[in-house]
Amino acid sequence: MAELIDLVLLGMLAITALRIIFLKDLFAVVMLFGIYSFLSALIFVNLDAVDVAFTEAAVGAGIATVLMLGTLALTGRKEKANSHTALLPLLVVIVTGAALIYGTLDMPPFGDPENPANQHVAPRYIEESPQEVGLPNMVTSVLASYRAFDTLGETAVVFAAAIGVLSLLGLPKQSQATIESGLKSHLVLRVVAKLIIPLILVFALYVQFHGDYGPGGGFQAGVIAAAAIILYALVFGLPLATQVIQPKLLKILASMGVLIYAATGVAGLFFGGNFLDYNVLASDPVAGQHIGIIVIEFGIGVTVFAAILSIFYGFASQAERANIQ
Amino acid sequence: MFAQHFPVLPIVLPLIGAPVCMLLARSQLAWLFATLISGFSFFISIVLLLTTLDQGVLSYALGGWEPPWGIEMRVDVANALVLSVVTGLSTLVLVYAKQSIDKEIDRNQHTLFYTAHLLCLAGLSGILSTGDAFNLFVFLEISSLATYTLVSLASDRRALTAAFRYLVMGTIGATFILIGVGMMYMKTGTLNMLDLAARIAEYDSNRTLNTGLAFILIGVSIKLALFPLHMWLPPAYTHAPSAVSAFLAGTATKVAVYVMVRFIFTIYGAEYVFHEMGMDVILLVLAIVAIFNCSFVATVQSNVKTMLAYSSVAQIGYMILGISLVTSAGLMAGLLHIFNHALMKGALFMAVGAVLFRTGSADIKAYYGLGKRMPLTMAAFTIAGLSIIGVPLTAGFVSKWYLVTAALEQQHWLIAFLILTGSLLAIVYIGRVLEVAYFKEPADPTDTTIKEAPVLMLIPMWILVLANIYFGIDTSLSVSAADAASKWLFQPAADLGAVR
Repeated sequence: MAELIDLVLLGMLAITALRIIFLKDLFAVVMLFGIYSFLSALIFVNLDAVDVAFTEAAVGAGIATVLMLGTLALTGRKEKANSHTALLPLLVVIVTGAALIYGTLDMPPFGDPENPANQHVAPRYIEESPQEVGLPNMVTSVLASYRAFDTLGETAVVFAAAIGVLSLLGLPKQSQATIESGLKSHLVLRVVAKLIIPLILVFALYVQFHGDYGPGGGFQAGVIAAAAIILYALVFGLPLATQVIQPKLLKILASMGVLIYAATGVAGLFFGGNFLDYNVLASDPVAGQHIGIIVIEFGIGVTVFAAILSIFYGFASQAERANIQ
Repeated sequence: MFAQHFPVLPIVLPLIGAPVCMLLARSQLAWLFATLISGFSFFISIVLLLTTLDQGVLSYALGGWEPPWGIEMRVDVANALVLSVVTGLSTLVLVYAKQSIDKEIDRNQHTLFYTAHLLCLAGLSGILSTGDAFNLFVFLEISSLATYTLVSLASDRRALTAAFRYLVMGTIGATFILIGVGMMYMKTGTLNMLDLAARIAEYDSNRTLNTGLAFILIGVSIKLALFPLHMWLPPAYTHAPSAVSAFLAGTATKVAVYVMVRFIFTIYGAEYVFHEMGMDVILLVLAIVAIFNCSFVATVQSNVKTMLAYSSVAQIGYMILGISLVTSAGLMAGLLHIFNHALMKGALFMAVGAVLFRTGSADIKAYYGLGKRMPLTMAAFTIAGLSIIGVPLTAGFVSKWYLVTAALEQQHWLIAFLILTGSLLAIVYIGRVLEVAYFKEPADPTDTTIKEAPVLMLIPMWILVLANIYFGIDTSLSVSAADAASKWLFQPAADLGAVR
C-alpha cells in the first residue's frame, strides 16, 4: 500500500516539475512550487520522517511561497523570452540524471534493517538516547545533542541568509502608518485574520516546546510564528506590522538567537565539559541535557523567527516603495 | 584551562563574533571587534600548527559525544597549515578593509560587511577543522552564503550580477557535495571521515560509492574554480570590494582545494581515486589547460582585477597539478603553493585596491605613471608580481621549485617544461602593468589628488610583501609544515587511528 501511495505521489511530483519547466506565467509557477513542496512533505510522511515533512511544509510550501510572491511583486509575473538555446544545460542535466540513476544500481534495498545506515551509528541513537539524552523524540536528540554542532551551523546559515537579504534590500523604517496599504477593505479577511493570528502564535509556542516529545522544534516554531506576523502584515499593511514588531528589534533578535545557542555551548566549557556538552549543565546529566536542549531550541526559534520576518520585511518594503512610485 | 578547546575555538570565536558585530552597529567599533576576533583566531591557529607539528593530531569531541556518534574536530598539520593561512590573511585584510571599504561600500552597510566577513571566516575554519563529512557541508554553506553577501556589497551594480552567478554555481556545487555525502552515508552508515575511510575500504568497487565520489569531485571542482568550471570566479573577484577580493583569492578557493585533498586522500584513498578510477590523468590535463588558458586570458585583460582573477584560476591549476602527480612531493608542492599563493595574491589584490582607492579605477589606464605617484604601492605590486612569476628569493619561486622537482622526480620532463613556460605568461601579464606604471607618463600630469595610499592600507600590504621575501629565503617553516602535511595525508587511513 505504501508503495502505491509513493508511486502516485512521485508521479504527481514529476508532473508538477514538468509543468513548472514549461509554464511562462511565473505566478502559476510559484503556486506549483507550493504544491511541489506539499507533495514532498507527503512523501516524507510516508517515509515516516515527520519532522522533515513538518519543516518542508512550513518552509517550502509556506514561507518560500510568500517570499517568491514578494519577488514577483517587484519583478512582474511574465517570464522573459529566452533567446539562446539550452542545449548545453540540457546535456548537463541528462548526464547528471544518468549518473544519479547509475548510482542507484548498488544502493542497498530500501527499508532493509540490515542496511549500513540502520546498523552502524543509528542503533545507539535508537537504543541509548532515551537514557543518555532523555527525550522521547530521538530526532530531536540527534539534532540538538549528538549533532548539535551541525544545528548551530544551520542556525548560523539562517542568520547568514538574513544578513545577505538585509544587505541587498535593507529594512523598512518604522513608519506611522500614513499610507493606506494591506487589504483593509476586505472585511472577511480582517475578521478571520484577527481570529486566526492568536491561534497561530499559540501553535508556534506549542511546536517550540513540544519538539522534545513529538515532531517540531525551533526551526518549525520560528517559521510558524513569523507566518503569523506575515499574515498580519498582509492583511493590515506593513506599516502597522512594523509597529508591532519593529525592524530594529529583528536585527537584535536574529543575533541574540545565535548567541543564545553559542552561549549554551560556551557554558559547557566553564563547567568543565567540551563545547556544547550539556551533561555538565546540571548535577544530573539527563537534567543537563534537558536544560541545554530547551535553551538551544529557544535560540533557534528566535533566530529563525527574526530572520524570516526580516527577509519578508525587506521584500515588502521594496514592494511598497515600488507601489508608491 | 582552555588549551584543550583550541581545535574548536577558531570556529566558535568568529561564529559568536558575527552576531555580536551585528549588535555593535557602529562601523569603527565593529571593525575593531572583528579585527581582534580574527587576530585571536590567528594566534590559536598558529598554536595549533606548532602543536600538530610536534604531536600529530588533535581530536575534539563536540558535546562530549565520542565519534562517530558525535561530531569530531580533527586538526592535523594539513588543516592547521591552511587554517593559519586563512585566519592570518583574514586579520590583515580586516586591518586593510577599514579605509578601503569606506570608498567602496555604502556607509550604513559597514556593520553588515564585518558580520559577513566573520561568518565567512567561521565557515572556512569549520570546513578546515572538522572531521565529519556532513559538518563540512554545513560550514561550506555558512562560508558560501557569507561570500555571496560580501561580493554583492560592492556599490558597483555589476557586483550583483556577479554575485548572483556565483550563488547559482556555488549552490550547484554544494548540492553535488551533499548528494555525494548522502551516497557515502547510504553505504557506510557513518559521517565521520576516518570511519568513512575504514568502511569504504571494505568495499571493492561499488557503483553507488563511485557515483558519490564523482558528485563530490565535480561539486568541489566548481567551488575551487577548476577549469572549465571557473567561469563564475573572474566576474565575482572583479566586481567585489577590493578587501573581499584580497581575502577570497587567498582563502575561499584554496579551502576548496583542501576539501578535495581531504576527500581524495583521507576518505576514498589516493590509491583508489587515482590508480583505479584514473582521476590523476583527468586532473593533470585540466590543471595544465587551466594554467595555459587562464594565464593567456589574463594577458589580454584591460581590468587589472580581472587579470588577477584569471591568474588565480591559473595558480589553482598549479595546485591541482601538484596533487595529480600522486606523490608525496607533488602533494607537498601543491599545499606549499596554497600557502605561498595566499601571500602573493593577497598583496596583489591589496595593491590594486589601494590604486582603486586613490584613482577610482582598476583599469590599466589608471596605472600610467603610478610608479612615481604611488611608489610604495607599486613597489609592493612589483615584488608580489615577481613572486607570482616565480623569481628566486620570493615565495613563488619556492613553490615552483618544489613543483618542478616533484615532476622531474617522476621523469615527467614535459610537465616540468610546461610549468616553466606557464611562468613566461605570468611575466607577460604582470609585466604589462609594471611597464605602464614605470615607463609611461601619467595621462594627466597636473592631477595632484593621486598620492600614496593611506598607512593603514600599506601596513598589511607590506607585511604580506615582506612575508613573500621571508618565505622565499627562509623556507624552513613553510616547507617543513607542507612536507609534514603531505606525509601525514599519504599514510593509509588505517594508520590515522581509524580502527574503532
